[in-house]
Amino acid sequence: MSKPTIIVVGNGMVGYKFCEKLVARSSDYEIIVFGEEPRRAYDRVHLSEYFAGKSAEGLSLSTGAWYSDNRIKLYLDDPIQEINRTAKTIHSLKGLSLKYDYLVLATGSSAFVPDLPGVEKEGVFVYRTLEDLDLIRAYAVNAKRGAVMGGGLLGLEAAKALIDLGIGETHVVEFAPRLMPRQIDSAGSLMLQSKLKQLGLNVHLNKTTTHIAGEHKIEALKFNDDTDLPVDMLIISAGIRPRDELAKLAGLQTGTRGGIIVNEKMQTSDASIFAIGECALYENVIYGLVAPGYEMADVVVSQLMGTEKSFHGFDMSTKLKLIGIDVASFGDAFITEPDCRTIIFEDTHKGVYKRINISNDGKYLLGGILIGEAEAYNMLLQTVNNKLVLPPNPGDLVLGPRVESGSEGVGVLSLPDDALICSCEAVTKLAICSAVEDGCDTIDGIKKCTRAGTGCGGCLPLVKDLIAGTMKANGRYIKNVICEHFDYSRQELYDLVKINQLKSYDLVLDHFGKGDGCEVCKPAVASILSSLWNDVIVKQDTIQDSNDRFLANIQKGGTYSVVPRVPGGEITADKLIVLGQIAKKYGLYSKITGGQRIDLFGAHLNDLPLIWEELVDAGFESGHAYGKALRTVKSCVGSTWCRFGLHDSVSFAIEIEERYKGIRAPHKIKGGVSGCIRECAEAQSKDFGVIATEKGWNLYVCGNGGSKPQHAQLLAGDISKETLVRYLDRFLMFYIKTADPLARTATWLNKMDGGLSYLKNVVVNDSLGIGAQLEEEMQSLVNSYHCEWTEVVNSPELRKRFAHFINAPQEKDPTVKFEPMREQLKAKW
Amino acid sequence: METLVDLKWIMACYSDDIPENGGACIKHGDEQIAIYNFSRRGEWFATQNLCPHKQQMVLSRGMIGSTGHACEPKVACPFHKKTFSLLTGECLSGEDFRIKTYPVKVHDGRVYIGVAA
Repeated sequence: MSKPTIIVVGNGMVGYKFCEKLVARSSDYEIIVFGEEPRRAYDRVHLSEYFAGKSAEGLSLSTGAWYSDNRIKLYLDDPIQEINRTAKTIHSLKGLSLKYDYLVLATGSSAFVPDLPGVEKEGVFVYRTLEDLDLIRAYAVNAKRGAVMGGGLLGLEAAKALIDLGIGETHVVEFAPRLMPRQIDSAGSLMLQSKLKQLGLNVHLNKTTTHIAGEHKIEALKFNDDTDLPVDMLIISAGIRPRDELAKLAGLQTGTRGGIIVNEKMQTSDASIFAIGECALYENVIYGLVAPGYEMADVVVSQLMGTEKSFHGFDMSTKLKLIGIDVASFGDAFITEPDCRTIIFEDTHKGVYKRINISNDGKYLLGGILIGEAEAYNMLLQTVNNKLVLPPNPGDLVLGPRVESGSEGVGVLSLPDDALICSCEAVTKLAICSAVEDGCDTIDGIKKCTRAGTGCGGCLPLVKDLIAGTMKANGRYIKNVICEHFDYSRQELYDLVKINQLKSYDLVLDHFGKGDGCEVCKPAVASILSSLWNDVIVKQDTIQDSNDRFLANIQKGGTYSVVPRVPGGEITADKLIVLGQIAKKYGLYSKITGGQRIDLFGAHLNDLPLIWEELVDAGFESGHAYGKALRTVKSCVGSTWCRFGLHDSVSFAIEIEERYKGIRAPHKIKGGVSGCIRECAEAQSKDFGVIATEKGWNLYVCGNGGSKPQHAQLLAGDISKETLVRYLDRFLMFYIKTADPLARTATWLNKMDGGLSYLKNVVVNDSLGIGAQLEEEMQSLVNSYHCEWTEVVNSPELRKRFAHFINAPQEKDPTVKFEPMREQLKAKW
Repeated sequence: METLVDLKWIMACYSDDIPENGGACIKHGDEQIAIYNFSRRGEWFATQNLCPHKQQMVLSRGMIGSTGHACEPKVACPFHKKTFSLLTGECLSGEDFRIKTYPVKVHDGRVYIGVAA
């Protein structure tokens, strides 16, 4: 059985891309290509490089061998003259008649030449093919003055070509009141104009040409305002006209203003004939860029492969260098207030104009225009396309961060994995980063293995950043994944566990990990599960660190210490007596801790439930001294007794400790409340510190003691108790959700992009819009509080686990020995 | 390599005495033996309970897991997180320790350990 035949009419960039994509996916088709030009498909986007010295072969997209290697029959210099849709045949100029099963029209476009008197004169050219360029080059030798009709993207490219060819006096004539009317606004056009003028390019706007004067050859352009412009040559770049004549002749539906009408599958009115690229008219739009053409090619290949894919328009954002000037336009460049907010930066000295349009809530970037400096283009385009949330000062995106702000905006690595980096070749960020990780770490390497950057090349700066970023991150990457069993950071895993409602370690490992886990990921996941669901941790005791597993702190010799909660450090005489009695009964060494409570050391594993049974009976609760959780909120005595105290710091400390007790976090959390600026509670050395002021309370965050002491920094000043608790809710929950395992709040803040000002924005200004959610999540943790020891004491099943010998539960570890010291005992060592 | 010529199987405990994916300690004369129920792998292991690093009787309270491409089963001491292979007893944290391992059999809900006769 013979293969079905596909005939491709047109061997331009899009026709070529279609072949490339098809042979990459299938060898089930016989492919025949007809081209009108004598050359194989070449890169029309970089056509002006031909004048800058690049050869025709250098612009070629492939070698002749490529076609034969892929068994594609290529007929050059032989345009198709007729399509017989009933017989499904085509007839070429050179007399070939061939049968097709599918026909792909990739006939492209021609330059639109307005119907002006004198347009046929010598010295009038269009700028479309290498042949056009050869003619222009030959004629330019004797030309002193040249003009381009059309101030659009292609027109300015053509003007650059004239400058490259050494034409002394160059003009651009535009009918509209601004340059590049489809891409930039008037202010941008003015800036571009003044830059172009400096480079010797004269721009004439609002000019309607009436005719071209001259005997045989062009001598001047005549305008309707009775002025004229003497020139020796003219390039017409007044737009494109889809090449639809063949389709029209075959009776296919075409648009009133040209273009072969296609549906979202790129089918013409004849289902076995497709049209792609600049000849295709989709929903009344001709897509005059290469990237959408490639996308259309991909859509047709998908149809042929029987996979679902359709075309739904295309982002026409663009960036180019015009005569050394960067010009970019992206997203919705023209939207204006009140539908958005606009940030404009203008520097006429340097010739820089930047405009970004952001949503009214300040969260999203909608589009913008960049003239004179477009380094940020790729990142801004990605920010629009991926709906990334803007940093607190969106102005930084165009201005660069100013002093103090420290915000770096949106980093390239913060793009989602499926962000489309190269739209010509549809290459995602993930594909590029994975290639880099597989050792492909040069631009050329990336081009080879992913094809990214081989189209228009506009994404190359972004590709470069991704290579550098991924390589840099590789060192950090290792730190950022939890361990060999989970290729995720703690934050990622937190979100995954939450979204998938996973409640046990084994489920998390089954879904997102590999292997059997280890001592690193087990407690990390345990902490996540606890921060999310706040279930009794000893129900999954074997994923907990030893301290959490036995709800006590393991000490030298294998005994444990017991720390009941003493909120705010306030304790009654009766409770002190109970602690003393229990210590005496079980032979425990007693010491006051740094967090204003009492630690009882030397408890045997089997005694823990007995000790706690008595403590719980006396009204004590677990102090979570063993957990990565809230430890204590230290207080000074405050206004109730102290003559300097401004407010009641003890009551507030108790209130806060009661609120956050039992909540598990990436690391331990300590707090403090001082009644005045003398700061006797040392609140500024805590993860959160509260200090009374005349007007209310100051909230400090992210301090710690330990091996690298760090002072807490002011998050908000002179606020009420209610506001303070709300900010604390947000702050703690944000930390719980985003910190790496075992990172204290200080370390977390030190690593945070944007530092304290960013944190302030999130917590105080709610810049991410998650304030209410954080408060809600915290409230649900507060509501699900339980005393872990009460749970154990009341459950015979859980109590059973507190035995040293499973086959002799009453026996204590005989290797544990004590010796006396200052009327107490210490572990013998 | 040590070969156990005379092996005696002792009934150590019931299989549900040892938590899933965790360990517990049994007393055999003066010996303390840590038994691990690696239920995720459907395997049982036993080692000495003493961590040779700081001479602590705590290995049974350590977390178990696996490491490397071969997923070698291991236990981490809760004191300083030294890890030991449950197959060979070798210290996997790059130090020159080795712990004793014991063969384990589970039959009819009972856990048996092979000790020197």
